[in-house]
Amino acid sequence: MFYKDVNTVNPVLEVKDLRARIDDKEVLRRVKLSLSPGEIKVLTGPNGSGKSTLARTIMGDERIEVVEGDILVDGESVKDLPPEERFRKGIFLSFQMPPEFEGIRIGEFLLRISGRSGPEAIREMKEIAKELGLDPSILMRELHRGLSGGERKRVELLQALFLKPKYVLLDEIDSGVDVESVELIAKKVKELVDGGSAVLFITHNPLSLKIFSDRPVLRMEGGRILENAG
Amino acid sequence: MRTLGKIDPSLVEEISRKKGEPEWMRRLRLRALELFEKLPDPEWLGGLDELNIEEMVLFEEVDVRASSWDELPPEIRKFYEEMKLPEMEKRYLAGLSTSFDSEMVYTHVKKYLEEKGVILLPMEEAVKRYPDLVKRYFGRIFPPAEHKYAALHYALWSGGVFVYVPRGVKVEFPVEAFFLISEELLAQFEHTLIVLEEDAYLHFIEGCSSPQFRKFSFHDGAVEAYVHRNAHLKFTTVQNWGKNIINFNNKRAIAEEGSTVEWVEGSFGSWKSYVYPSVILREKARARISNFSIAHAGEWKESGAKLFHVGKESRSTVTAKSISTGDGVSVFRGLVRMNRGAERAFSSVSCDSLLMDPQSKAFTYPHNQIEEPSARISYEASTSFLSEEQMFYLRSRGLDEDAARALIATGFLSDVIAELPPEYGAVFRRVLEYNFRGSVG
Repeated sequence: MFYKDVNTVNPVLEVKDLRARIDDKEVLRRVKLSLSPGEIKVLTGPNGSGKSTLARTIMGDERIEVVEGDILVDGESVKDLPPEERFRKGIFLSFQMPPEFEGIRIGEFLLRISGRSGPEAIREMKEIAKELGLDPSILMRELHRGLSGGERKRVELLQALFLKPKYVLLDEIDSGVDVESVELIAKKVKELVDGGSAVLFITHNPLSLKIFSDRPVLRMEGGRILENAG
Repeated sequence: MRTLGKIDPSLVEEISRKKGEPEWMRRLRLRALELFEKLPDPEWLGGLDELNIEEMVLFEEVDVRASSWDELPPEIRKFYEEMKLPEMEKRYLAGLSTSFDSEMVYTHVKKYLEEKGVILLPMEEAVKRYPDLVKRYFGRIFPPAEHKYAALHYALWSGGVFVYVPRGVKVEFPVEAFFLISEELLAQFEHTLIVLEEDAYLHFIEGCSSPQFRKFSFHDGAVEAYVHRNAHLKFTTVQNWGKNIINFNNKRAIAEEGSTVEWVEGSFGSWKSYVYPSVILREKARARISNFSIAHAGEWKESGAKLFHVGKESRSTVTAKSISTGDGVSVFRGLVRMNRGAERAFSSVSCDSLLMDPQSKAFTYPHNQIEEPSARISYEASTSFLSEEQMFYLRSRGLDEDAARALIATGFLSDVIAELPPEYGAVFRRVLEYNFRGSVG
């Protein structure tokens, strides 16, 4: 039931002429983007160029004010919806620096947000953990608390792989991890896309850029998308 | 019997007469009343200036005594059903009593408890049936002179449970009593007394809940526990009084040589709450106090612990957690006293506060009194804030604001919840979620 409603008319995430600000500072300047299931788009650019801001604005971070433009999911505006509603429409954001949560176990959290239960779901979760090079016992650990940087990234990806959302925004999922992990992450991202998800892959990791060089690469600077190879 | 109005000796006499009490209890009540009149309001009483005891109904007698679930009044049954307690009772509980409007209405003692010689009785009945046993302990662990409202409690006490576990008997399942306040302006002064003889074990669960009321009500209960040599008492309280209730709870245990006392105290409800479980520790005794409280907007919750180390090598641990939301105020008030002669005694106190909103408040007042040079106390405190980033993260995973806050609160309290029997933990989580939805009193 989760987000893979292939019968939806024209499934696409569209960002239309989006202008946004934080306090008085304009952070997004007429950004245009479209993302369809089955495709990966790479978004790169220097620090502070607005990549994370764009992803967070799409997810509905209320600290960012949308001044103009729109965000559409499958033809419907989500601009005025809270983040939880956008999640239910199929948007998933993997956080660049996810916060820590005391006393919330990863496994229980995944069951809660997926609405699933039972041994089959747990088995699948453990399987994904193993594929990501994580010991399945990590599911008993607290969400991001006491985890290394690399583990956090993989726990974020684990969530995406388990939930299989329609539109996945991966914010530097490949930063601060070793070469093998970058390759593994790229492999799993491709699997996610082959399964029908759309991925916006935010990165400045040269290896990822090389791996995904056959995919559309967008470059952001100063709150604008400069090039659109798609 | 419904008693309204002035608290004077004739009222106390009448309560005692109607209960058919022995002379010593009547005199204890009258002495306590004198103390109540003489004693000033406790200095530590914060956030309370509206208390007018005499405006409150004092106690009400209920002529209902049920012997099965079906005979319970529908409103009590409904609460139990909502909290999914019948199944818990079936699977977990060794015995059950409900104090309703200050009187016991339902007592269910499982056969095996009787076979083991365990006494589980309404307090009034215990006073009549086991006067000498009760007299030996009643009012001697938590004395009426402790403070003004302890004195008031002894003058007016009504309801509560007496538990006696003979030497060497380990009660394998938790024994539970639920106290409910069900009428507006009803004050409740239940008294629970637990005695564990040498090498005995008991886990007692005291639960409290009530529907939402319009006006204030007052709860001033007491729990006394005497834990003899090498015995082990675990006492768990679920406090979910209605949001208009001022709650005092006077709890103290005496832990004899080599014994262990654990207080687990969870405070969801009430408007103002003052609860500091205390333990007097003799040689090599152990005490562990875990408590948590939630102060919602407009509420004042005080919790803490008082530990009196008397014996050598006695050890105590306090884990206190509080959550404040809106302009709610959480206060931790702790006392650790190391008497001269409490050689190598050790106490560790940790106190964590979570502030959910910018206007939320938390205060900590630890007091350490050390007369013994070889005794040690360690104290840690932390305050954390709910961050916007945490909220955004959880909402981006599909949880609405209330659910996200409830999840963070549950996570923060997870180590305290883990102390409970599993099904009780599930009830705690549910009540916690109701609390953050604002739908449960």
